[in-house]
Amino acid sequence: MTPADTAANVIEADRLTRRFGELVAVREVSFAVPRAAIFGFLGPNGSGKSTLIRMLCGVLRPSGGRGVVLGRDVAQQAEAIKQRIGYMSQRFSLYADLSVAENLDFYGRIYGLRGPRLNARKNELAELVGIRPLTRQLAGTLSGGWKQRLALACALIHEPDVLFLDEPTAGIDPVARRELWDLLFGLAGRGVTLFVTTHYMDEAERCTHVAYLHLGRLVIWGRPADLKQLQTVTPPGTRRLEIRCPQPPAVLARLRTLAGVQDATLFGEALHVLVNEDLPDETLVRAAGLAPPGIELRPIAPTLEDVFVTLSRRETCRTVA
Amino acid sequence: MNGLLAILLKELAHIRRQPSTLVFAFIVPMLQLTIFGYAIRTTIDDIRTVVYDLDGRQAGRELVDALVNSRKFTVVARVHDQGAFERALASGRAKVGVKIPPNYTEQLLRGQQATVQVLINGSDSQVATTALNSAALLGLNQSLRRGLSAAERVQVAAAREPSGRIALPIQVQARLLYNPDLKSAHFFVPGLVGIIMQLVTLFLTSFAVVRERELGTLEQLFVTPVGRAALLLGKLIPYALIGFIETVLVLAVVVFVFGVPVRGDLVLLLALSLLFLLTALGLGLLVSTLAATQLQAIQFAFLVMMPSILLSGFVFPREAMPTPIYLISFAIPVTYFLEILRGIILRSASLADLLPHVAGLATCCGLILTLSVLRFRKQLG
Repeated sequence: MTPADTAANVIEADRLTRRFGELVAVREVSFAVPRAAIFGFLGPNGSGKSTLIRMLCGVLRPSGGRGVVLGRDVAQQAEAIKQRIGYMSQRFSLYADLSVAENLDFYGRIYGLRGPRLNARKNELAELVGIRPLTRQLAGTLSGGWKQRLALACALIHEPDVLFLDEPTAGIDPVARRELWDLLFGLAGRGVTLFVTTHYMDEAERCTHVAYLHLGRLVIWGRPADLKQLQTVTPPGTRRLEIRCPQPPAVLARLRTLAGVQDATLFGEALHVLVNEDLPDETLVRAAGLAPPGIELRPIAPTLEDVFVTLSRRETCRTVA
Repeated sequence: MNGLLAILLKELAHIRRQPSTLVFAFIVPMLQLTIFGYAIRTTIDDIRTVVYDLDGRQAGRELVDALVNSRKFTVVARVHDQGAFERALASGRAKVGVKIPPNYTEQLLRGQQATVQVLINGSDSQVATTALNSAALLGLNQSLRRGLSAAERVQVAAAREPSGRIALPIQVQARLLYNPDLKSAHFFVPGLVGIIMQLVTLFLTSFAVVRERELGTLEQLFVTPVGRAALLLGKLIPYALIGFIETVLVLAVVVFVFGVPVRGDLVLLLALSLLFLLTALGLGLLVSTLAATQLQAIQFAFLVMMPSILLSGFVFPREAMPTPIYLISFAIPVTYFLEILRGIILRSASLADLLPHVAGLATCCGLILTLSVLRFRKQLG
């Protein structure tokens, strides 16, 4: 066992920075990922998620700061790290003109698997991701969901300790998305650490840890439950409510002008509002022009979306200021 | 050498799935060689000529016959007025106009100087130069013939043959070596071998790498522990092999289709071809490190090919180039390889004869390979 295997954290970033000329794609980002975590990295397009993942995988040199994966420095010991990580990139990057089996063979051989060992591992993975019936098909002719499963199988062929997935569910259908997540949970259950970027909020809720990147800065990171308790998200003297009512969009407009309402958002058929604690429910209902029957009011905890929206607004305000 | 076998097997699978690669590598070069080899000719014959003979008698006719017999000219029209003469030239129907004056026969009989006017279309400088030289030579020969027969009657002569007949004082005895029939094919076809070899290997290798960059599979490979050397060799070895087979095929076309015999050492030729092939692979790799997309790769590859064709001495003799361009031609690998090809194939040159060119090619090869391998990193950006 190397020291890395006993260390609590599998990935550590310390003020990791990457510049492309004038542009700072990732600015002084620090976080830590414990073993067997599902670490979800969120952020809008262009927020620096892919750049961060590429630095951690050792294919992009950091411009500053330090990144450690499995106890090894990403800038100095990239090749050693590569032995023990798997990577699934944002777009399909397998060989379209090779068959499913040939793609698996290729990645197996790259990691030094040979003969019966390679065959056993290949069968195991084909079984795991359920692609066995399609092994002779050319990879380019697979549908989006199957392509992702094949990519996952190729990334897992050498039994990596850490798996990096860059937007693995972008552009695939909801059923395939659910099934892919089930596979990921299974892997985490076996002790594989997962580092996933996404911009789906519901996927963030499935992670053991989440981080939010905005304009290259890390806004917040931690366990979802801890983040929802943050005082900056629900400041003292305020409370969050869910309001179920007819025609929520019309009500939303009225609520936003009401004194004592800090924030109001449409959430499906309901409204999420952040109000001052001293604002009674009755006042709220009346001000919204609603009659008591047919409307429901209940206190709620903030969702991760609430957390990220609130925090990135503050971040933007700070940046502008 | 981590993963070299994996990359090799994968490249072979790509080639098997896309047989058009092999068509491009083997069939196209042979067709190119055949077509270009027949099409490119530098000896100019049968220049279209219009004759305006105002004399119309024996001497005038003899002159026109001499013109045709030289094979440099072919008479496409005989005209009988100045207007038609000028129109034939202006319209481009004829490139050369020969005007024989009305008193041509009388002047010659009287021992006066006769003037024949030859008008040449100068737009195509090569044709014009040939026409100019041939016409001047023709005039000189005709004059000498007449001069000699006149000199027979004089007692003192500049020189005589042993039989007592009058002779030219200086006889130049020129003999053409290596290519006695002055066939253009002998000069061009060996050169074409070098150009085609570079063209095919340059495109195949740069595409093989850039395609992976474009598809994102290269990034995926960078995340694996595959060694840089294994990655490079795995990509290059299949194309080196293809390039070598192609070289043998193209040489076969040179020998059997064009009848240009390889006079020198075939083993030496193949060994030095391998050195050149390595250089071309290096160029392909260099292009692939510069280009992010296949379109850019095409542009860069053309940027490399242009000077290789124009400045290497393949088309235009390097001796005729202005000094700065002449110096640039030393930086082009094909320059050396053309000298090697022509040397071994036509002149049976040995390694010792070709040493400066081999040294030049080896230097280019070393520099290009070093530069491209250094530029090729297992990293993005």
